[in-house]
Amino acid sequence: MVTLQLDARHARHIAERVPDPELPMLTLADLGVLREVTLTEDGAVVADLTPTYSGCPAMAEMRADVAARLREAGYTRVEIRTVLNPPWTSDWITPEGRRKLAEHGIAPPGAAPRGPVPLTLSPTRRTVPCPRCGSADTEETSRFAATSCKALWRCRACREPFEYVKEI
Amino acid sequence: MSEDHVYLTLAEGHEDDARWAYGTGFEDPLHGVDTTVPEGVDASELAASCVALADDALVSAQRLAEWITRAPELEEEVALANIGLDLLGQARLLYSRAGQADGTGRDEDAYAYFRDADDFRNVRLAELPNGDFAFSIVRLLVLSSWRLAHFERLVSHPDPVLAAVAAKGVKELAYHRQYAAEWAVRLGDGTEESHRRMRKAIEQIAPYIGELFTAYDVRAEVVAVLRQVTEEAGLPMPAYRPSAGCGRDGEHTEHLAPLLAELQSVARAHPEATW
Repeated sequence: MVTLQLDARHARHIAERVPDPELPMLTLADLGVLREVTLTEDGAVVADLTPTYSGCPAMAEMRADVAARLREAGYTRVEIRTVLNPPWTSDWITPEGRRKLAEHGIAPPGAAPRGPVPLTLSPTRRTVPCPRCGSADTEETSRFAATSCKALWRCRACREPFEYVKEI
Repeated sequence: MSEDHVYLTLAEGHEDDARWAYGTGFEDPLHGVDTTVPEGVDASELAASCVALADDALVSAQRLAEWITRAPELEEEVALANIGLDLLGQARLLYSRAGQADGTGRDEDAYAYFRDADDFRNVRLAELPNGDFAFSIVRLLVLSSWRLAHFERLVSHPDPVLAAVAAKGVKELAYHRQYAAEWAVRLGDGTEESHRRMRKAIEQIAPYIGELFTAYDVRAEVVAVLRQVTEEAGLPMPAYRPSAGCGRDGEHTEHLAPLLAELQSVARAHPEATW
């Protein structure tokens, strides 16, 4: 019989490697949604997840995936908790996560705004470099895209469209 | 993991209980959150606030979803659907909180699918039919400006769950308001035709704005935003008056019942089913 070393670091290592259901090049740790993995005194694993957006349809999937991977690793009692506070910010995407996004043609977010966001009606001056060719000659085509967390952009230099993870 | 294949991992086996954003019988979105109502917070007032804000969001989400396959451009369809999805997520969290606070233990499905129009507490502006794209844009501008201003105050609410829902919502609503405001300027300051239709939308919506200011007063913030946008767009400010009759009291237009009939039909035909 395999003796499992039931320690929180091992459980965390398992949970950290679960891919995000919508951005599968990222793990849940890269995305910053896995907040904590702890062991209770009686040996249950508790994993804390935070949603990226209120309506993120992948939350149920993430919960199920983390629980399944932990059970496969031999942890029989697993609890997945939702943590709402503090709210997720794109600043929590790790440097490794940003590198992987760019590698897959998705522009990583810039720094998230702090505090209330004022309404600005002048054209946006922000530039997002093209993740394929690096050109700064890019433009937004839609602030909303295939998932809540992304916007649609295009590159005028290489003519390719690309997605961009929004600052939030 | 190659770029071509990274998304293929999604097709690999998942647990049967994993489900996406449709159907009934979801796991409580507040699962694992400490749901104690703190001392000093009136639980029935908290529940009523949560229901009103959730009803605004659910009914708005349903109207926004009606644009799918009908929006002027694919990008706008995607935008309106995404905004609706954010609001639906806010509604789910708020309904769950309401059911804990009012002691009934009702879940989100009970609130969304098994109440009648008289029990809904959304403002009437949310339930009006979509009409012209200009109408939907002006409505979204008004509702998102109000909701953002109100959520900014709720961030310091003594109930930590409502405060956390608000803190997350604030970030989403800033994007909604920005989207609506940019379209309002583009259409107001666009062609004669688009300007005319925006004026008409403002006239149609004006009578419903006063209702937003009856319960939670963030009038100054909302008026400031509307002034900023209408000035930039070359449009008149909506001439709102205090409202007679109010969706917050369960007084609705004839448009809410058909919207709910569609929304609730499957859940009511098969009350025990999950899908």
